[in-house]
Amino acid sequence: MSRSQQANQESARRVRFAFTDEQEQFRAAVRRFLNDKSPTTEVRRLMETDTGYDPSVWRQMSDELALPGIHIPEQYGGGGFGMVELGIVMEEFGRSLLCAPFFSTAVMAAGAILNAGTEAQKSSLLPELARGARMATLALTEPDGDWDPGKIETVAARDADGFRLNGTKSYVVDGHIADLLIVAARVAGTSGREGLGLFTLKADAAGIERRLLKSMDPTRKIAQIQFRGARADLLGSLDTAAAAIERTLDQAAIALANEMVGGAQTMLDSAVAYSKLRVQFGREIGSFQAIKHKLADMLLEVELAKSAAYYAAQAAAVEDPEWPALACLAKAAASETYLNAAANCIQIHGGIGFTWDNDTHLWFKRAKSSEVFLGQPSYHRELLMQRWGV
Amino acid sequence: MSNVSEAEIRAEVREWLKANWNPERSLVEWRNMLADSGWGMPQWPREWYGRGLPVGVARAVEEEFAAIGAVGVAKSGVRLLAAATLLEHASDDIKKRFLRRILTGEDSWCQLFSEPGSGSDLAGATTRADLKGDFWIVNGQKVWTTSAHHADYGILLARTDWDAPKHEGLSFFVIDIRQPGVDVQPLRQMNGHASFNQVFFTDAKVPKENLVGKVNEGWKVAMTTLAHERRGADGLASPSRRGPRVGRIYAEERAELEIANQPYTWYPQRAGRVDLIIERAKETGANRDPNVRQEIARLMILARSAEWTARRARATQQQGRPQGPEGSLGKLAASHVARGCSRVHTMITGTAAMLTGSDGPRDGIIAEILVSVPAVSIAGGTDEIQRNIIAERVLGLPKEPRFDTGPFRNVRRN
Repeated sequence: MSRSQQANQESARRVRFAFTDEQEQFRAAVRRFLNDKSPTTEVRRLMETDTGYDPSVWRQMSDELALPGIHIPEQYGGGGFGMVELGIVMEEFGRSLLCAPFFSTAVMAAGAILNAGTEAQKSSLLPELARGARMATLALTEPDGDWDPGKIETVAARDADGFRLNGTKSYVVDGHIADLLIVAARVAGTSGREGLGLFTLKADAAGIERRLLKSMDPTRKIAQIQFRGARADLLGSLDTAAAAIERTLDQAAIALANEMVGGAQTMLDSAVAYSKLRVQFGREIGSFQAIKHKLADMLLEVELAKSAAYYAAQAAAVEDPEWPALACLAKAAASETYLNAAANCIQIHGGIGFTWDNDTHLWFKRAKSSEVFLGQPSYHRELLMQRWGV
Repeated sequence: MSNVSEAEIRAEVREWLKANWNPERSLVEWRNMLADSGWGMPQWPREWYGRGLPVGVARAVEEEFAAIGAVGVAKSGVRLLAAATLLEHASDDIKKRFLRRILTGEDSWCQLFSEPGSGSDLAGATTRADLKGDFWIVNGQKVWTTSAHHADYGILLARTDWDAPKHEGLSFFVIDIRQPGVDVQPLRQMNGHASFNQVFFTDAKVPKENLVGKVNEGWKVAMTTLAHERRGADGLASPSRRGPRVGRIYAEERAELEIANQPYTWYPQRAGRVDLIIERAKETGANRDPNVRQEIARLMILARSAEWTARRARATQQQGRPQGPEGSLGKLAASHVARGCSRVHTMITGTAAMLTGSDGPRDGIIAEILVSVPAVSIAGGTDEIQRNIIAERVLGLPKEPRFDTGPFRNVRRN
């Protein structure tokens, strides 16, 4: 038995393969909430707005279900659960295509603060995010769209009372509405992973210009943010920032993978339902093997991608040493699966499938934006190979 | 059935093993003790060599056997598929005559279902059995019969009514293979191995009392066999066998397994040998090629996801919840993994993929992968049939219109 196989077996012993009954009940509660609050009519209404979310729904999911803080430790005002529960929330959001600043606030910003912040910073910043009282986001990628933190060019210059940021961030999820920005930047004169830091500042600070980008996926709003000498505080320390950024991105990839498999399941369900309904040549199209086999393949792909997304979340939850590699694995698997499922769902719907009135394109666009967000599948496959030491 | 706890059962079996297990016994003597005590098949009923324990507890018994290296009942080949089928459907007389000798390994069995004219469409069998006096007279041909040349008995599906609809004219028999009317010929595959047989029947005789279940109700019986076959194939390895394994009983077991496993030596290659992929990429330097790296990653993502899917199905079931669709996908996933392996092994190996045997890389193993993988998406149910099953049973899609209804005599066939 090779070393990697042994490692697999060891990790498999510790990582859970099934959800607990409590987790299934939690999933059901989230799903009930979403069935009620996020039908496609709401998705369509919100995607046409600039803010892109419904503040009253955001308040309810914070107050009644305490979702934004689900994975934040209790001492910082959160629910004290972990990656698995966060994955469940993401999967359900992906299913219903909920429009809310959750990924930005809870996954990316809260993740960055948890991974990089000092005790004092975590205590002061996280409770408001956990309560849903403030929205936040992580500004990392720049206009070149590179997800490698080593390529960051935004500069943080030290001055008397902190740092001044100069540079442009792009693809910032909910960057136009966030109250708090967490910005990845580097000390002038450094390159690669040296000299990276995470910085926090209020979005209404001087020297910040935000612009909502025209995004192909209207259900996930992204912004470009220019920093011209904006004053910011260092989050944690410069020494540990690179590792904290990486950890945050890996956790975000797992969360996104879970969101994607939820969306893929909706596409499969929709395609199956339509194929039982639609009659051509005197029979339901679902009775043709051409359709059956496509749907069977979709099911297989979706279940495989779910296994990867679930396993990665379980592995991250127990800090299994392999989990960062599995984040890449899950992201690559879910990206291709979601897009295939959405494309096949359109195909099975035939002509109506590519109309605006049919809902499929909403998920197709989310699939497409998720495919490239946090790095496209080929990027994650290469990273997986590196992390596995191939 | 008793309501004792798993811990009590573990204690009981441990004590029994302590008193009785001795690696110097003969294999048959030991297995007769297993049959008498019921510890060999603890999930079977007490009156038939079992202890009537739930499957979960039976697994604990298996673990106790494994812990001290105690040998179990004969499980190789189709013995247990036959046994499980007989247990469920056969007369007490048949059970009495055959079950014990299956468990002891004294008799070897084969499965006579597939025919040259009915592969995926198993119920289209045309091998016939006609009742003449006290015997069913069998004529026809079966194929893909593993180990028929070593077998003593076969479970046979044959047509007994040509005027009934396809599925309603079949009967299920136990047939003695070692008789003049049965001719067993090897069938050579494209990879050079001959793991299967063709079996020709010319007025072969089956005693009337060897009918399993009722006349013309054989399809239902065969479904039991196939269900057991599928259940055994979730792609997860059984626990490894520990201990030094020295003694007469081990030597006898090894000899038995050597014969039983002979047809399966190439099965790991048929599954694609995903375990060799990264090693091979490193040893050939193919791991420096970015295209190959992408393909390796794709394949490993698929293989790991398939393994996790099987584990997820098992874990969900163990928690007492019904399996979701993930439980029906293993075979199709395995096909994808195998084909992916074949492709990536070729990319890694390059021109040397033209070579085989001692001239080929890894002493011919790579070549054997390339010429064995095509079987995996066919044997045990083609990918296309698997997709139909998934689509109809899991996704609930409507069935195809059929053209094989009415008297079988009039159904178009090969």
